[in-house]
Amino acid sequence: MSTLTTYNGGLSETPVQSPAETWCDELRRRLGSGGRVVAMFSNGCVPDVGLVAVVADDRNARLDLLRARAQGPAFTSLASDFPEVQLFERDIYERSGLMPIGHPWLKPVRFVRPTDTIGVTDFYRVEGEGVHEVAVGPVHAGVIEPGHFRFQCHGEQVFHLEISLGYQHRGIEAALLRGPTKRRLHLCETLAGDTTIAHTTAYCEAIEALAEVRVPPRALAIRAIALELERLANHVGDLGALAGDVAFLPTASFCGRIRGDLLNVTASLCGNRFGRSLVVPGGVTFDVPDTAEMANRLKRIERDAQGAADLLWETPSILGRFEGTGVVTAQTARSLGLVGPAARASGLARDVRQDHPSGLFRWAQVPPAVIETGDVFARALVRWLECTRSFAFVREQLAALPGGAVRVDVGPLAPSAMTVALAEGWRGEVCHVLGTDAQGEVVTHRVVDPSFHNWMGLALALRDGAISDFPLCNKSFNLSYCGHDL
Amino acid sequence: MLDILRERWRQGHRTTKWPKGPPPALDARFRGAPVIDRTRCESGCTACVEACPTDAITLGHAPRVDLGRCLFCIDCTGACPSGAITHGREFSLATRTREALLSDGRVLEKAAALEAASLRLFGRSLKLRQVSAGGCNGCEADVNVLGTIGWDLGRFGIQFVASPRHADGLLITGPVTRNMELALGKTWEAVPAPKLVIVVGACAISGGPFREHAEVHNGVEGRLAIDLYIPGCPPHPLTTLDGLVRLLGRVERK
Repeated sequence: MSTLTTYNGGLSETPVQSPAETWCDELRRRLGSGGRVVAMFSNGCVPDVGLVAVVADDRNARLDLLRARAQGPAFTSLASDFPEVQLFERDIYERSGLMPIGHPWLKPVRFVRPTDTIGVTDFYRVEGEGVHEVAVGPVHAGVIEPGHFRFQCHGEQVFHLEISLGYQHRGIEAALLRGPTKRRLHLCETLAGDTTIAHTTAYCEAIEALAEVRVPPRALAIRAIALELERLANHVGDLGALAGDVAFLPTASFCGRIRGDLLNVTASLCGNRFGRSLVVPGGVTFDVPDTAEMANRLKRIERDAQGAADLLWETPSILGRFEGTGVVTAQTARSLGLVGPAARASGLARDVRQDHPSGLFRWAQVPPAVIETGDVFARALVRWLECTRSFAFVREQLAALPGGAVRVDVGPLAPSAMTVALAEGWRGEVCHVLGTDAQGEVVTHRVVDPSFHNWMGLALALRDGAISDFPLCNKSFNLSYCGHDL
Repeated sequence: MLDILRERWRQGHRTTKWPKGPPPALDARFRGAPVIDRTRCESGCTACVEACPTDAITLGHAPRVDLGRCLFCIDCTGACPSGAITHGREFSLATRTREALLSDGRVLEKAAALEAASLRLFGRSLKLRQVSAGGCNGCEADVNVLGTIGWDLGRFGIQFVASPRHADGLLITGPVTRNMELALGKTWEAVPAPKLVIVVGACAISGGPFREHAEVHNGVEGRLAIDLYIPGCPPHPLTTLDGLVRLLGRVERK
């Protein structure tokens, strides 16, 4: 079995394809010895399907690339032993028709086959006296993206929650390869529109790896600042929304405004509150207009955010709702392959900035915030701790921005090469896998948003909980529907 | 309890006075509608047309940017060799018709208020059901922010409601994915007549960056009668708020 070992943003030749059974065995061996699936996908349709898996060795900052060719109609599913692959295997089946034999939960992912009707699938049902089914969505109460939630309840208690998505599917991965080149960066910006900086950073790092381009340090610093600003805005917004979900209006009101203030800091950098048009292959398009002014602005914002957040930890009625609600144990989190704050709130110390550092994070560290309890409280506190660390990080970088250019030109891409680029988005690990053909054209571009790993975590968090805690649990994860659906 | 009161006092009253006062200051790098000065174009140059990711620009005698397709990015201004196309500062971009979105950046037919009968119904109380039909969460987030205290949509009587049955209209974002076609249609049918349709963002108007993907419908245009178009990617909250209050006749049409 030929595996190529690379690292985040490393340039690799395209590994040779093995037979599918060897690939499955090798994948099983690596996952069984502490590896973690970062991406797993197919190319083509039966009877000729290419398979790729990217397995992370977090402790050693290595990524293993495994490629295979499946020439039968099926492959052996690993999902029963390694639940973290279950959604990836379902996606492989949906796109290529290659059947994962033994998959315990083979259902549509995005409902893209001609025979599929969105939302129509065999939902898991619990039968019995007093058991009822509650269906929510796709259109659901707030100003929010659509998804379907099917609860099996007994009175107020939730036995099981099943989440069915696909409503936001826009065909982005196909368009990244086939569509006009001038749109590709914009597709990366909007595939999860609140995670623009993380996705464009990963995409641009992949292009830069393939073009063997060195991005100037000042650009790396600005990218890192923008990434942390994105994290800050979303985390502060989430803390406000969590407060709103337990009817605590003071923090909800303050944070709603403060999030806007943070978005405006990003806008002061690039003219767009979500960081559109900032990160490009080769660097960034805008320089920081005034580092001292931005630092002062952030100091005022941090004080406001601190005042708003402190109320959460000091109010017993809030802690009463947050603590012990929506628990995901460390064991569950590990077996599901959760990433991001949700994983760190369940005791898993995984963070791309620490485990697979790239860009500025290779020499400027942001220690991950880890809490053991795995409940809504932990997911809220992890966010606040990350906020304090991000504020400090941005202040440090603004005070010490390297000199020099913010952008360099990017030439042609290396032929017959592959690269994997990871970034720690505010929801967790963002992954872009790119591969070129013999002419240096991009022929593989696959994206994994952190939500693809984490939706099952939310489903399990509701087990044995009260259905009235669903909005709170949902908000404590705050996953992306469009990042999942692509 | 005292902590909460003290914090409230410290955080202060932050709702903007606009439209009864000046609007919140927009950043120096804010990008309004692109403005084309034909006199500065180099002869035969079509760099902006080719650079635009959604083909929103047409030149000729009357250069136009289709604000319904415009992503408000910097590809056109970045490609222009002579500074003939620049980003204006105009934030008031909402219109009542699709045609009014074809702009040269200087003269824009801004949204007029609803006619008298509708104003009697909706002028002081407009309840909207938001539907994201494939939106990326950019428009959704910056529409949601209008409910926060800085903007306080509620002071105009505008509110987002949980059920279409409680709504006076839909506010739609996203390019209308095939997978949301049925849900969007059913939600619209569930809104009691008379009802309004407001489309927010390039995706809902024309498909945005996903235009011509087989998986989407290129927006709401042609599927439902639209009362208000708010362009942007995403529109700044001030642009969205301006559009909504113009529709309700709260801002003098200038």
